Amino acid sequence: MSAVIQSEREALLSVNNIEVIYDHVILVLKGVSLEVMKGGVVALLGANGAGKSTTLKAISNLLGAERGDVTKGSITFQGEDVQSLSPNELVRRGVIQVMEGRHCFEHLTVEENLLTGAYTRTDGRSRVAEDLDLVYQYFPRLKERRTSQAGYTSGGEQQMVAVGRALMARPAVILLDEPSMGLAPQLVEEIFEIVKRLNEDEGVTFLLAEQNTMMALRYANYGYILENGRVVMDGEASVLAENEDVKEFYLGVSGDDRRSFRNVKAYRRRKRWLS
Amino acid sequence: MAFDLFLLEVVISGLMTGVMYALVALGFVLIFKASGVFNFAQGVLALFAALALYDFLAEDGWFFAVFGFTLPVWLAIPATALIMILLAWVIERAVLRFLVKQEEIILFMATIGLAFVLEGLGDLLFGSDVKPLDIGIPQGASDWLLDNFNLYVEKLEIVAAATAAVLVTALAIFFQKTRVGRALRAVADDHQAALSVGISLDKIWVIVWSVSGIVALVAGIMWGSKSGVQFSLSLIALKALPVLILGGFTSVPGAIVGGLIIGVGEKVAEVYVGPLVGGAIENWFAYVLALGFLLFRPQGLFGERIIERV
Ligand SMILES: Nc1ncnc2c1ncn2[C@@H]1O[C@H](COP(=O)(O)OP(=O)(O)O)[C@@H](O)[C@H]1O
Ligand SMILES: [Mg+2]
Repeated sequence: MSAVIQSEREALLSVNNIEVIYDHVILVLKGVSLEVMKGGVVALLGANGAGKSTTLKAISNLLGAERGDVTKGSITFQGEDVQSLSPNELVRRGVIQVMEGRHCFEHLTVEENLLTGAYTRTDGRSRVAEDLDLVYQYFPRLKERRTSQAGYTSGGEQQMVAVGRALMARPAVILLDEPSMGLAPQLVEEIFEIVKRLNEDEGVTFLLAEQNTMMALRYANYGYILENGRVVMDGEASVLAENEDVKEFYLGVSGDDRRSFRNVKAYRRRKRWLS
Repeated sequence: MAFDLFLLEVVISGLMTGVMYALVALGFVLIFKASGVFNFAQGVLALFAALALYDFLAEDGWFFAVFGFTLPVWLAIPATALIMILLAWVIERAVLRFLVKQEEIILFMATIGLAFVLEGLGDLLFGSDVKPLDIGIPQGASDWLLDNFNLYVEKLEIVAAATAAVLVTALAIFFQKTRVGRALRAVADDHQAALSVGISLDKIWVIVWSVSGIVALVAGIMWGSKSGVQFSLSLIALKALPVLILGGFTSVPGAIVGGLIIGVGEKVAEVYVGPLVGGAIENWFAYVLALGFLLFRPQGLFGERIIERV
């Protein structure tokens, strides 16, 4: 009995103190740790350049293509070390990334884009067809546009294609990078609502990187705040959302020109208290 | 009337050469689209394939020397296709894999190196004399066309055109309708995104080099049947460059139409304009045409439309 509870509490994904270097010289992540529980929606927050995308790519092993390297630390998925696995192998095991800027296959149709998501699957055409239907249920707009070239669809539709394409891999966890980027607030809300439904109804776990702090915290249950390649704060999403420093810095409640989270006095106090 | 028929014959013989250019250009385009690699070795691949095929068929080849028998044509062709697939695999393992993260120019230079290696290897293994390649394509003119239309067309040319059409149709079906074909197009569109959905690029590269190798084999068979297997075959690669400029580097239909236009264009120019300027137009016609395109339509006839939308 206790073993069951234990395994339920075990992190699905765990990043332990990783360091990432680009081009052998540019140190970008300086010891990042985070955990994603099964069934959770975890937000990875921070300003532009903080290292959110780098963290996600370290997990999905897409760093190699950008000459990035994880030089320290470890990454485990379902208790197994997954650092040496290729993206192909990771997708097979259930870890898939939706990259920042959506990255649809422009010259493929919407439906073909979705089908590429099923590339690694071996459970047969009919299963894939079922999941295609499921994706169309979540994104009816994609069904209307199934034969359009993805490059000619709107930003919101492309984001839906990117998420739908990841779903087609039947993932355990989706690493979703800046879904709100460049989208109108209403569309952002629509996308986040779908993330929530996918999480609740399909049991998909999400780790989502966002600059849109408050929106992300509304939908996440846990959050990490990244600054300059380090996690500077983490906690329950509801707690973070109410935190004075987070509000002050990310919502610009205070009018002062504070370039860094570090400059927030209360944060320093808290940090001293933390360490 | 006779004049028109003559023009038609010139056009048809130009089409035959054009099919060759088109096939070599097609091989280029496939690799360029999927990996961004400008494969200088494409023409040499055709030569290498033809040499390998000859070797399976001839009694003075290595295969005969080792096994004591030659292969029938229907077995020799798949065997050569297999060799081309093997070669693609070796190229990926030994060359591409180590250079993927390098600049495109470095990959381009690697393919120049590859061209020399393959050419040298071919020379070393098979010698440099002209080898007759006979896979049973009927020779001579088509009697039917001669009798009914008074038109002189080589049977070989008809077979070549038909084979090329079948090959291109098969490729189109492969790219449009199969899972792997779709993955190939996905990789051509966006490497990063392809990786992110679990498409492994090294596998795709082996596939695309294999497909290019098989296209090269078809080109090699046709050229070899027409003029024998010889090293000048690798020179048609030089004609593929203007074809690519004409058709656009990333366009499959462009490679085909571009190849045909240049093939026909240079023959017609040679016959009708050649005498006025002292001949040999065939040698430079393609380059002048390409130059004109570079000046006025650098993306080529079918240059892929760049989708611009935020
Ligand atoms: N391929 C790369 N090569 C070198 N530096 C990079 C590369 N990608 C990102 N960086 C740098 O790493 C830092 C973190 O980038 P990123 O992870 O994209 O941040 P975020 O997603 O939080 O905006 C930035 O300073 C960025 O300039
Ligand atoms: Mg980012």
